[in-house]
Amino acid sequence: MRRSERDTSLSHRRITRRGLIVGGLQVSFIALLAARMRHMQVNQAEEFRLLAEENRIKVRLLPPARGLIMDREGTPIATNEPSYRIVIVPEDAGDVEEVLTRLSQIIELSDDELNRARQEMERTRSAPFLPVTIADRVSWDAISKVAVNAPALPGITPEVGLSRKYPLGGDFAHIVGYVGPVSDYDLSKIEEPDQLLRIPRFQIGKVGVEAKMEDMLRGSAGAKQEEVNAAGRVMRELDRREGIAGANLQLTIDHKLQSYIQARLGSESASAVVIDCETGDILAIASAPSFDPNLFVRGISVSDYSILRDNDHRPLASKTVQDAYPPGSTFKMVTALAGLEAGVITSNDTAYCPGHFEVGGRRFHCWKRGGHGSMDLISSLRHSCDVYYYDLALKVGIEKIAETARKLGLGERFDIPMSAVAEGLTPDKEWKLQARGAEWLIGDTVNASIGQGFVLSTPLQLAVMSARIATGRKIMPRLIKSIDGKPIEPEAGEELGISEDFLRQVRRGMFAVVNNRRGTAYKSRIEDEANRMAGKTGTAQVSNRVVRNDEVPWEERDHALFVNFAPYERPKVAVSVVVEHGGGGSSTAAPIARDITLEALFKGPPPPEAYPSADREKKMEERREIEERLNAKEAEGSTRA
Amino acid sequence: MSYLEYNVKYVPSGARKILYLNWPLILLITAAASAGFLMLYSVAGGSLRPYAWAQMIRFGMGMFAMFVIAMVPIWFWRNISAVAYGISIVLLLVVELFGTVGMGAQRWIDIGFMRLQPSELTKITVVMLLAAYYDWLPVSKTSRPLWVFIPVMLIMIPVALVLKQPDLGTALLLMIGGGAVMFMAGVHWAYFGVVMASGAGLIAAVFNSRGTPWQLIKDYQFRRIDTFLDPSSDPLGAGYHITQSKIALGSGGWTGKGFMQGTQTRLNFLPEKHTDFIFTTLAEEFGFIGGVSLLTIYGLIIVFCIATALSNRDRYASLLTLGIAMTFFLFFAVNMSMVMGLAPVVGVPLPLVSYGGSAMLVLLVAFGLVQSAHVHKQR
Repeated sequence: MRRSERDTSLSHRRITRRGLIVGGLQVSFIALLAARMRHMQVNQAEEFRLLAEENRIKVRLLPPARGLIMDREGTPIATNEPSYRIVIVPEDAGDVEEVLTRLSQIIELSDDELNRARQEMERTRSAPFLPVTIADRVSWDAISKVAVNAPALPGITPEVGLSRKYPLGGDFAHIVGYVGPVSDYDLSKIEEPDQLLRIPRFQIGKVGVEAKMEDMLRGSAGAKQEEVNAAGRVMRELDRREGIAGANLQLTIDHKLQSYIQARLGSESASAVVIDCETGDILAIASAPSFDPNLFVRGISVSDYSILRDNDHRPLASKTVQDAYPPGSTFKMVTALAGLEAGVITSNDTAYCPGHFEVGGRRFHCWKRGGHGSMDLISSLRHSCDVYYYDLALKVGIEKIAETARKLGLGERFDIPMSAVAEGLTPDKEWKLQARGAEWLIGDTVNASIGQGFVLSTPLQLAVMSARIATGRKIMPRLIKSIDGKPIEPEAGEELGISEDFLRQVRRGMFAVVNNRRGTAYKSRIEDEANRMAGKTGTAQVSNRVVRNDEVPWEERDHALFVNFAPYERPKVAVSVVVEHGGGGSSTAAPIARDITLEALFKGPPPPEAYPSADREKKMEERREIEERLNAKEAEGSTRA
Repeated sequence: MSYLEYNVKYVPSGARKILYLNWPLILLITAAASAGFLMLYSVAGGSLRPYAWAQMIRFGMGMFAMFVIAMVPIWFWRNISAVAYGISIVLLLVVELFGTVGMGAQRWIDIGFMRLQPSELTKITVVMLLAAYYDWLPVSKTSRPLWVFIPVMLIMIPVALVLKQPDLGTALLLMIGGGAVMFMAGVHWAYFGVVMASGAGLIAAVFNSRGTPWQLIKDYQFRRIDTFLDPSSDPLGAGYHITQSKIALGSGGWTGKGFMQGTQTRLNFLPEKHTDFIFTTLAEEFGFIGGVSLLTIYGLIIVFCIATALSNRDRYASLLTLGIAMTFFLFFAVNMSMVMGLAPVVGVPLPLVSYGGSAMLVLLVAFGLVQSAHVHKQR
């Protein structure tokens, strides 16, 4: 196909015209660039030369003060204290080794510190003007020695900075976490990291609130521009912009209650959560045993760390949110509410408990081998009869049970700024098909009905469940009360979508557990009329066996659980307690939960009258012991500061 | 023009082609590259390693490629334009899927001796395809909506892929380069008016999207724009580049501080001084005279390209040459605007001078096409 001459010449003319236009624009832009260059290099040359040549500008970062963390009343939990360190600028030092030798004659330096500094200098060899820290957290004494000998120590400067301190030690270790020097691994996870993170050994949150709220707590860097002459001496400060301090966070935690609970749990491997029933505020969330976060800030030694890591009570684990346990009988409220909602039972219907239950050719036992006889809703909760729930679960089916559990918060990952918040597990048919690749069996439903089998809940979820049963509202737990003095409004908590009538029947059952003479937690009742509590015991099997708990090693004993709320008539707090391998819920977990509940309701030591009269003396003695432990810790904290 | 139409008689053949190469253009290119070697030698503190030597080898390889391409008749290149475009799109998809993640963006494929950035290649193949398209399309149809829509799509496919990486600078360059070819092919003015108006609208939308869930560009890109508008707002972050670059450049004065005497560059104040900010070193050490000399070399390269393009009656050849000139222009215009504080910091190298393999190779290949068009022009 030949193209017409007309077409070719038309296009040629057009391309010529347009090409010249574009070419003209290009040349004009080149002229513009030349003009700009002339302006900068000829007209403004003097200014720039001044900035560049004799007086180089050095810009140094001013790290901002990290935001403080306080409890709900404003008591400091994480603070900043001044700390002194010694840095070297290799460029200014000249003979680095010589200077280091002289320095180690003046102040005490370990070989470890010296080698670390040498490595750091090797790494930043291409930028010898960057300061490298030699010793961190040195005493005021050492600093003054260095200052006096400054002429003999070129390139060495003492610097003052802020470092993190946790005055309450281990009581908040699992909530607040700790900070540590930023590592290459931390940096690799951040896209376009803040300049601040490039400062050697800059401290950032590693776990807990410190890590989760890092962006808020960090603040932003300030900078100072210094005019420096050729020898590196600072001539004057040109400009100084202070950093913006990080935001101060106020937690919903009550530090007195938190410290009391840590002391009450003592060396047990246990956890407890207290939630305010009106706002969802987490008043205390304690995991025991704990550890001192200050050790991590300083850089924990390998031996200290291995002691923590190898302890079978797992002090490093944040058990309240990160560990999910079979909820055991504390799950029975869920099964009961599912049954009532589905309309398959009323509270008056009875089931007969012969001590075992047979389905699908398998025999499921009640915890009481002899059987409970005829049980209705209230008495089944009070006695914690298993067979009643086996029977009920078969009528309701797992889907309804799972739906109710989810409404109550089980299997939900709550959005609170703590590390490794777990989702737990509220199993249903679809889950089993996907996760295990197997059909749901009828035995699975029977197991789930009493919180065994696949069901897993965290202590936080159990406390939320208790708060939701108590109020009938969708209580959402929260940990942050205010940011920089600006309060965060709690969520109102919509209706749960479970009939108030049914909730009331279940609450009556829970009331009977604690206050009825034959309830499983009767021994742990509160006598004080206005503050009586309702609760439920739970014992989660760790291994399949028939022998008694005290006849097997610690790690094979059952977990003890208890959930409750109080006061019964107008709930203020909801509590969950899990004691790992503690034996029975009624004997181990319930007394702890009762003590915590009283402490929370009275905002301090309760009057003796709140306890059953037989226990009063013993309780007062216990309380005195705990008081002593708390005081001892406080004294230790103040000497350390 | 169909290639049957080439009157082969009028086209030089065999070794005689060498005589018909655009020798002034080759000299200019070599001059620009030599300025690059010099600066890379200076940046390395008076040493051929690590930059200058590697750069010279790449330049040598690139020049060889340029000669080979120049010897092959231009109609061959026109015929494979669509294939070249297709290959570059496939490579873009490959980096999207397998590219090594570097600096938060997937941009290159490791092919052993060098890292290939398909987005660089695309800058040329888009121009090739558009030139071939307008060569094929009768002039009377140029401004019909359907026939305008097709090249727009051809541009937007690689633009979308490059944006995905995300590489805003290259995407803009591709759009402007492609748009320029359409403009020079004779597409009606009104289309460009509409595009510019909606472009302004888009910029407004990008700014309004900040902080909302549908934010259109990444946070660090926003910060770079902020810094461009007010470098002092972030003197240590991205603003540091611009401030230091301006200090170094401005302090050069008329004649500069002398070869290897640039204090700012020596003292490590300037980041990326061997790549995107190399012009600053040149302007600091050789002053206004040095800077304008390089700018003049660049200007002459453009002028020579336009001259050969306009004297060529073959539509493909002239559009291709003009398009390549435009791409080359965009490279140095954006880079120089950036170091002089006229444009935000985007990662665009200074053509033929900055250290780096992909850009150098692709540019020399492009100039090979320009040479081929020049050699095989009907005389």
